[in-house]
Amino acid sequence: MSVDSIRVSQKEPQVSTDMLQRMYELMWMMRQLDRRAVALQRQGRLGTYAPLEGQEAAQIGSALALRVQDFVFPSYREHAVAYVHGMPLKRILLYWNGRYDGAMPPEGVNLFPVSVPIATQIPHAAGAALAAKLRGLDQIAVTYFGDGATSEGDFHEAMNFAAVMELPLVFFCQNNGYAISLPSRKQTKVQRIAEKATAYGMEGVTVDGNDVIAVYLAMREAVAKAASGGGPTLIEAVTYRMGSHTTADDASRYRDASEVEMWKARDPILRAENALRERGAFSEEWVTQVRKHAEEIVTEAILDMQSEPPVTLDQLFDHVYRDMPKELAIQKQEALSRQAKGESVRG
Amino acid sequence: MSTSIGKRLLTGNKALAEAIALEMERDDHVFVMGEDVGVYGGIFGATEGLFAKFGAERVRDTPISETGFIGAAIGAAAEGMRPIVELMFVDFFGVCMDQIYNHMAKIHYMSGGHVKLPMVLMTAVGGGYSDAAQHSQTLYATFAHMPGLKVVAPATPYDLKGMMIAAIRDDNPVIFMFHKTLQGLGWMDQLDYSIGVVPEGSYTVPLGQAKVVREGTDVTIVGIQMMMHRAVEAAKQLEAEGIQAEVIDLRSLVPLDKETILDSVRKTHRLLVVDEDYLSYGMTAEIAAVVAQEALYDLEVPIARLAVPDVPIPYSRPLEQAIIPSVEAIFTAARQLVQM
Ligand SMILES: Cc1ncc(C[n+]2csc(CCOP(=O)(O)OP(=O)(O)O)c2C)c(N)n1
Ligand SMILES: [Mg+2]
Repeated sequence: MSVDSIRVSQKEPQVSTDMLQRMYELMWMMRQLDRRAVALQRQGRLGTYAPLEGQEAAQIGSALALRVQDFVFPSYREHAVAYVHGMPLKRILLYWNGRYDGAMPPEGVNLFPVSVPIATQIPHAAGAALAAKLRGLDQIAVTYFGDGATSEGDFHEAMNFAAVMELPLVFFCQNNGYAISLPSRKQTKVQRIAEKATAYGMEGVTVDGNDVIAVYLAMREAVAKAASGGGPTLIEAVTYRMGSHTTADDASRYRDASEVEMWKARDPILRAENALRERGAFSEEWVTQVRKHAEEIVTEAILDMQSEPPVTLDQLFDHVYRDMPKELAIQKQEALSRQAKGESVRG
Repeated sequence: MSTSIGKRLLTGNKALAEAIALEMERDDHVFVMGEDVGVYGGIFGATEGLFAKFGAERVRDTPISETGFIGAAIGAAAEGMRPIVELMFVDFFGVCMDQIYNHMAKIHYMSGGHVKLPMVLMTAVGGGYSDAAQHSQTLYATFAHMPGLKVVAPATPYDLKGMMIAAIRDDNPVIFMFHKTLQGLGWMDQLDYSIGVVPEGSYTVPLGQAKVVREGTDVTIVGIQMMMHRAVEAAKQLEAEGIQAEVIDLRSLVPLDKETILDSVRKTHRLLVVDEDYLSYGMTAEIAAVVAQEALYDLEVPIARLAVPDVPIPYSRPLEQAIIPSVEAIFTAARQLVQM
């Protein structure tokens, strides 16, 4: 496979203008949220945060192709996927604020908690897909991970497992060029991560991850295939992490500004704007409205997050087990009574 | 040994990197592998400057394949090299534990002593900076529990350097834990303890020797890494109340220096053990058991333990601060022991 086999969107529109406008709106909104989140972290109002800037098309294009009932297993960078799949912005922010609500999707939103150890969510998705198959549900599983994750055993074992079991599953890899400081070319010797599918007898597809339409179409196809018993697909979305790995990182330590500039020219939002202009569907009036709306929604979510009551000590103990062991109940009582006496809490 | 006792100050991470550099210069069998250990210098700075000095051959960035590179270090050690591998956070042991528990720890034994593994697995431990349940553990006991591994956890720049050199020269596999907040990194809370006097030349601090870092007669407080530093702070406050606390820095979990602990308890007759690991089945239990077995009749009051309750480390800052033993908690517990 060569780089030119990367799929891009076709000339003839396969996506309605309404849909393209919605994609643009979502991408714009998530970029605002992302930038505000980075700023909030700097002010000490959020914990360490993983920015997604540059990956909006890969995340939103793919998530829009999912059906409500499909089960998503994300890594730590998929805030836009979470939002499109039904997680309210406020809860996304609450997660990074260390709140349990942030890990709880509303009823009916099938979103697994964020996984921090690399690639570990991939076998979970395979298990969910297996369960859906066993239960005869019209549900597929989708797992998101990075280029770096494809070096872990968990990725390879889950790929093989899913292929052998013919599971309704989509492996969605955002190849954003880096795993912290390690460029993708030092992560793997293959040109395209999608090639790795071959070893498992699975279809692998590479798509231009900054082309929201191309991502959407590739994902829609893979979802339909999985849902109709056609088995798993590996999709590689080639994109770029514009920001640092997390707010604890400084990407200028290991990559050139010129590289970042080059990718700026391929900005997914700009690309969507151009596509809309070609269709005559991008007016100043419309975009002003879109931006104003996004600003309002994001600001409201931040205010909502900030007005949450402080965390309480009970939360520390209540979710460790379904039913609390006696010894832990004692530790909890001791902690609460120490707190009541104004002392700090410890075992 | 050319040790010049100067007054040069280094952060924890620079002391560690210097130790590795000195050994790499001395012995070309020593090399480093891990994620982001090259140009980046390690996420917690443990390999800062090494890539520039020794190049990509000897300071190797690896793909994200912990089982792969830790397993490879075992093979390379068996073949006569002295690899140092970095597991970025101890929490990620999960993806590579078979290599650590079943191979690194056991191959020497199962080969009848025929295959030796002179390797160091260094890893970042500890919380207190809002990095959540899968990034903030110390897991001291998890590693100390397994026969066949030496497990050390130095707390000062001086010891980080001296114990790293000792670990590299040791013919056993060594788990070398460094505490993130004691590395002296710019993006973390700045703690005075993360900077200290470090001599320029090469020197070793033996593995398996605890250190009395503050002498006292009324109560013994045993801790390691951050908890030891907090115990020293608490001891200063206790002194203001007329209580003389003796503080022991364990430094090594395996081998465990029982003598230093027992000697101290025989003098003070009171023991408080403090740990940043989970309470149950942890280091506090081990030390309490050792003292109960060997010095029970020297104790005037029951042993006290302070540790993280049996819950995962919370991401929320206030909750996290509430469960990691604080200076104040140590002070209160020690005072209670003396006033009992
Ligand atoms: C098992 C494990 N090893 C190492 C890490 C440290 N780590 C966190 S993110 C990361 C890079 C991941 O890169 P990639 O999979 O490309 O995802 P991206 O961050 O680019 O989205 C590493 C090595 C981890 N979280 N888990
Ligand atoms: Mg990546």
